[in-house]
Amino acid sequence: MSDVLAVVEHRRGSLRDVSFELVTAGADLVGDTGGDLHLAVVGGDVDAFAEELSLAGVDAIHTVAEGDEFNHDVSVQAVAALYEALDPTYVLMGNTVNGLDYAPAVAERLDLPLVTDAIGLENDGGLVVTREMYASKVESTVEVDADRAAVTVRPGEWDAAEEPGEPAVEAFSFDLDESQVRSRVTGFEEVGSGDVDITDADVLVSVGRGIEEEENIELVERLADALGATLSSSRPIVDNGWLPKDRQVGQSGKVVTPKFYIAIGISGAVQHVAGMKGAENIVAINTDPDAPIFDIADYGIVGDLFDVVPELIEQFE
Amino acid sequence: MKILVTVKEVAEVEEDFELDGLRVAERYLDYDLNEWDEYAVEEAVQIAEESDDDVEVVAVTIGPERSEETIRMALAKGVDRAVRVWDDALDGVDLLDVGAKTRLLSAVVEDEDPDLVLTGVQANDDSFGATGVSLASAIGFEWAAVVNALDLDAEGGVANVRRELEGGVEELTEVDLPAVLTIQTGINEPRYASLRGIRQAQSKEIKPLALSDLGLDAAAVESDLVLTDVYEPETESDATYFEGDAGEQAAELATVLREKGVGAQ
Ligand SMILES: Cc1cc2nc3c(=O)[nH]c(=O)nc-3n(C[C@H](O)[C@H](O)[C@H](O)COP(=O)(O)OP(=O)(O)OC[C@H]3O[C@@H](n4cnc5c(N)ncnc54)[C@H](O)[C@@H]3O)c2cc1C
Repeated sequence: MSDVLAVVEHRRGSLRDVSFELVTAGADLVGDTGGDLHLAVVGGDVDAFAEELSLAGVDAIHTVAEGDEFNHDVSVQAVAALYEALDPTYVLMGNTVNGLDYAPAVAERLDLPLVTDAIGLENDGGLVVTREMYASKVESTVEVDADRAAVTVRPGEWDAAEEPGEPAVEAFSFDLDESQVRSRVTGFEEVGSGDVDITDADVLVSVGRGIEEEENIELVERLADALGATLSSSRPIVDNGWLPKDRQVGQSGKVVTPKFYIAIGISGAVQHVAGMKGAENIVAINTDPDAPIFDIADYGIVGDLFDVVPELIEQFE
Repeated sequence: MKILVTVKEVAEVEEDFELDGLRVAERYLDYDLNEWDEYAVEEAVQIAEESDDDVEVVAVTIGPERSEETIRMALAKGVDRAVRVWDDALDGVDLLDVGAKTRLLSAVVEDEDPDLVLTGVQANDDSFGATGVSLASAIGFEWAAVVNALDLDAEGGVANVRRELEGGVEELTEVDLPAVLTIQTGINEPRYASLRGIRQAQSKEIKPLALSDLGLDAAAVESDLVLTDVYEPETESDATYFEGDAGEQAAELATVLREKGVGAQ
């Protein structure tokens, strides 16, 4: 029997999608071992969240009414207190930016082995986790050599739970040690948009690190012009200052859903794909036939962008 | 003030590669300083340069002797000295888990007694993304993960940071010092090492430390995680591929694009 404690996430008044995926992952993990799936909701409008999370497979929801927004110090203390109270076998959290901000501290404090960014979980007399390495070039399985563990799951890998259920909802209180709350969230800011809104574009020509040099950006600009498309990019191009931040597609950039997304010299890292997988048609141009971008592409060209792009421009100019 | 920066030499896998047991065969690996650490190093060096006080920047790595060449690049960019933790007990370990890294780095923190620790958000090889925050918890520092702007107020005892959340939203947070901050790419513009920097780096210290030097024994590097399999993922691609030379590929793609109304003025 394995009990699971899954910790949901919310921001600015809404539950994050990963919360519902954690329910699915947690329910799978509990599986037929006869254990219980507990959810923890820390902060925000906990009663409204608990109602939304009353889903099949969930046995109990523990609400911790402490603060409006995520604060890692509060989350760590709350999850640790719940862990002591519930004694679960596994603690599941989201592999999100906030997950990265508290999950490792939860594991350290509770002396639990930690496996992050799981894309597969199996409870087979012990926990076996599938995860990626080397920028998704290889996959690995990791066995947890301990009775208990903390795991963060990759967003988007499990289906969101939808079927309603009737879990018990219980308010959980613990003594928050205020002296250990040593960080304060003072606000949020949207990253500004410049004069171009890539989320509005029908066709995006998107450039990645395969372009190598700043002066080569001109080449993809010409293609975008020839196609009547808008230019966007992966993160490294923006990090290098070659294009402004509002051109960045991905987890920490914009989420785009154009009719055509033409990815040029982009490998297809999970954080990039999060921003463009909803495009109607995806074209990938990449020298590496195993680049993960081809997994989600509708049209592929395995080739050197410096050969293919000029030919493509010629077709349209 | 002293800033400790954790750095890691990571391997990038070449386009075509073969596996050798639980590893990618050595000849397909290219070693470099972890991308995120480049930004952490730059941030530390900039803080030192902009401060009126004396700020020492120390890099710490867990890595074999081979990694010294890479670590020296950080020294060439302005890091004052480095500490390299390695031990026979670490040879042949396939996966050093977060707990083990935390134990090693905690011992170094105890030794060095820094005021601020900067790490990268993640290392691009095993991508656990957890060492910085785990370390903070172990040494009793405050922390912030995925920082893309940092304004340090050492006198006031706080760091004002921006954390880069999903969807183009940034969180503004005040973090009490001492703290561990995990640094996101793009926070600054990492410099190129100057020739002078490279020359100076040759005489900067990279101090090797074994487990016993840190008051630890082999138990400290026992991992709770066991790597049991490594494989190339099956491609899930059902893309239509355009074959031929670049001209033929481009022509075929152009046909599809035109059919779907792209680029047809
Ligand atoms: C918290 C966090 C948030 C992140 N947010 C984002 C985000 O919002 N957006 C984002 O994009 N990334 C994001 N990243 C970074 C992400 O993990 C990857 O590092 C990044 O997406 C890689 O960009 P890339 O594909 O351009 O570069 P690489 O991964 O380096 O890929 C370059 C590709 O170009 C190909 N190539 C090289 N030369 C050529 C050539 N001549 N012709 C054709 N192809 C060639 C290569 O085969 C390779 O596939 C984030 C990471 C973290 C940790």
